[in-house]
Amino acid sequence: MKLTKTLLATTALTVAAGFAVAEDMTIVSWGGAYSASQKAAYHDPYSAKTGVNIINDESSAEAVAKLRAMNEAGNVTWDVVDVVASDAMRLCDEGLAMEIDADTQLAPAPDGTPASEDFGELLVSDCFIPQIVYSTTFGYRTDLVGSTPPTSVCAIFDTQTYPGKRSLEKRPINNMEWALLCDGVAKADVYDVLETAEGQQRALDKLATIKDDVVWWSAGADTPQLLADGEVVMGSTYNGRLFSLIEEQKQPVAMLWDAQVFDLDGWIIPAGLSDERKARALDYIMFATDTQRLADQAKYISYGPARASSAPLVGKHATLGIDMAPHMPTDPENAKNTFLYNYEFWADYRDDIDAKFQAWLAQ
Amino acid sequence: MAALTPVSRTPVSFYVPVVGLFGALAGLFVGTAQGSTLGGIVLGAAIMALIALILTKALPSERAGRLALIGLGALAGYAMGGIAAGLIGLLFGWFFGWFTFWLFEGRYRAKLVPYLTPGQVLWHFTFRFICGAILVFLITPILVVMPLSFNAEAFFTFTPEMLRFDPAGYSLRHYRDFFTNSDWQSSLANSVRIAPVATLLSVSFGTLAAIGLSQPHVPFRRAIMAILISPMIVPLIISAAGMYFFYSRIGLQGTYIGVVLAHAALGIPFVIITVTATLVGFDSSLTRAAANMGANPVTTFFRVQMPLILPGVISGGLFAFITSFDEVVVVLFVGSAGQKTLPWQMFTGLREQISPTILAVATILVIISIALLTVVELLRRRSERLRGMSPS
Repeated sequence: MKLTKTLLATTALTVAAGFAVAEDMTIVSWGGAYSASQKAAYHDPYSAKTGVNIINDESSAEAVAKLRAMNEAGNVTWDVVDVVASDAMRLCDEGLAMEIDADTQLAPAPDGTPASEDFGELLVSDCFIPQIVYSTTFGYRTDLVGSTPPTSVCAIFDTQTYPGKRSLEKRPINNMEWALLCDGVAKADVYDVLETAEGQQRALDKLATIKDDVVWWSAGADTPQLLADGEVVMGSTYNGRLFSLIEEQKQPVAMLWDAQVFDLDGWIIPAGLSDERKARALDYIMFATDTQRLADQAKYISYGPARASSAPLVGKHATLGIDMAPHMPTDPENAKNTFLYNYEFWADYRDDIDAKFQAWLAQ
Repeated sequence: MAALTPVSRTPVSFYVPVVGLFGALAGLFVGTAQGSTLGGIVLGAAIMALIALILTKALPSERAGRLALIGLGALAGYAMGGIAAGLIGLLFGWFFGWFTFWLFEGRYRAKLVPYLTPGQVLWHFTFRFICGAILVFLITPILVVMPLSFNAEAFFTFTPEMLRFDPAGYSLRHYRDFFTNSDWQSSLANSVRIAPVATLLSVSFGTLAAIGLSQPHVPFRRAIMAILISPMIVPLIISAAGMYFFYSRIGLQGTYIGVVLAHAALGIPFVIITVTATLVGFDSSLTRAAANMGANPVTTFFRVQMPLILPGVISGGLFAFITSFDEVVVVLFVGSAGQKTLPWQMFTGLREQISPTILAVATILVIISIALLTVVELLRRRSERLRGMSPS
């Protein structure tokens, strides 16, 4: 009897101690190859250094809605959340993400440059710590474009030279800009034209010329699948997906970098965490966004590190052994003609243009 | 089965047009695949009508004609699209040979009662044709998934190698991925930890509720029954959102127990319904007899009632298990990353990266589901046999 009691007591103590020691931190991200790159570059080294157990939640796609619900229920279970810059801005405006002071709460560059200068203009919101620069751009089937591979983004509107379906994202952002650009609007004037109702109509009219040839996608994995199938001759998606399709899956596809649109992805820390969890989240952020860590991530996925000081440290792919620099959207050779996602414009006009675009789609 | 009706040969004006009609239907598919729908229909009708005439009038033996047609179909299919198309062509050839003589010799009437009018005969076969078409419509999506899960490529694509039946086009890599990838394994482990416990709770509560509600003296029986069954009727997303806010307040959100309780609530209606159905045939004088002999209610339940309603309990339990094992909406709300179940992993996997590992998992789940449903069906038959409801 006594033995049983002792055993029980020890077990209970061990269990309790186990709970106390294993600190869990829930980090939310996009899943797939992207989460895998973060795990290798950030999570595993951080766990090894601090003993914190990191749980990966693949809910970034619905992060805004879920954070709102958590806030309403008074039960925020996430510690660090990976979101695109526009979502970070919304969360910041709604008070659902905490503000970060780059110079005191993020690591400076190895040469002492403060973080605010190192990230520079990519610090687009007070709550947002940029992590990568990715781009939305085109891939095309090398075996379906004949002897003249496309060099300009306007190839998507040229159904004469490049017959077949093309896949575009089922939202106005990027598509409207490309349409105007190929309708003869100068790059500098695109957003001025897009502000007006006539300009919006002009973009939709241009898209209407290929409407019957478009497959609309909503998940980043759709275009790679369609390209691998030969279902489309060209299609837009995130550049990292195309890298994986071309270099890892060895599909007959090539990149069309012309008029690629840069966007940012990075971290936010939800507002309203307990002091202990907040301190841990900040410690993680400080670690995961330093110069070396950001450069490390580029070993696993072809997205450009957000710090200027990380660029020279980008090396070879971890398993393929190829040089990663030429596959970065920010590489000078690829970035000859680029757009930066215009956050202010789309924050102001998104609802309006979205409604018009959806109505046009339904026609 | 012996023929019910003496058969005789039918006139050319009957069987040739009918075979032509089916030829047009086949031509519709072949023609669409080759890029000309209308051409396919016309050519299919003409060729098949002609073949029907040749088979019945010009060739001496049925057997030789049908064999020749099978060979011809296989060759034509192979010429159009390789081995896979050749197999389909072979099936086409077999079908049209059989079909022509089935009509020509009047065999289609042999097994029907003699007094049917031609209209009734037509309806007899049309009905079977419609039933078959519905089954094909239901099952094809599942059948397409299975070969794709053996794809050697990382996409949902029938590669040319697969269509040529080249072994290099097939591999078990997606099954290997499922069994070695820690994401899939931890979600499988979560599902295996959650589903049986949720099932146990559903079965215990559901059975007790069904027995209680079958007592005639319980007040508001119908209202209580309706409330208990409501998780099955209310849209899942509404239950899920409600559970999310309720569980968040009481600290169950994102816990193992929370997910188990939520799944148990979803499973209870299935158990109540199946057990209530078995209780209809239960003779309540048996429990009175047991009480009369000195058994207390608990003994009566376990020794008398439970064995008799066991098939209902088990099939309800299987439904509850499958509900929990397949459920994705509620767990997305109530669970957190630590409780990621198999369907949840499939859901995010499908959204973030279209990987055939999902198809491999789907194939495994389909096989498990078929096995479970077979068990239910065998149990049902056994219980019918025991109660003498079926002559077998």
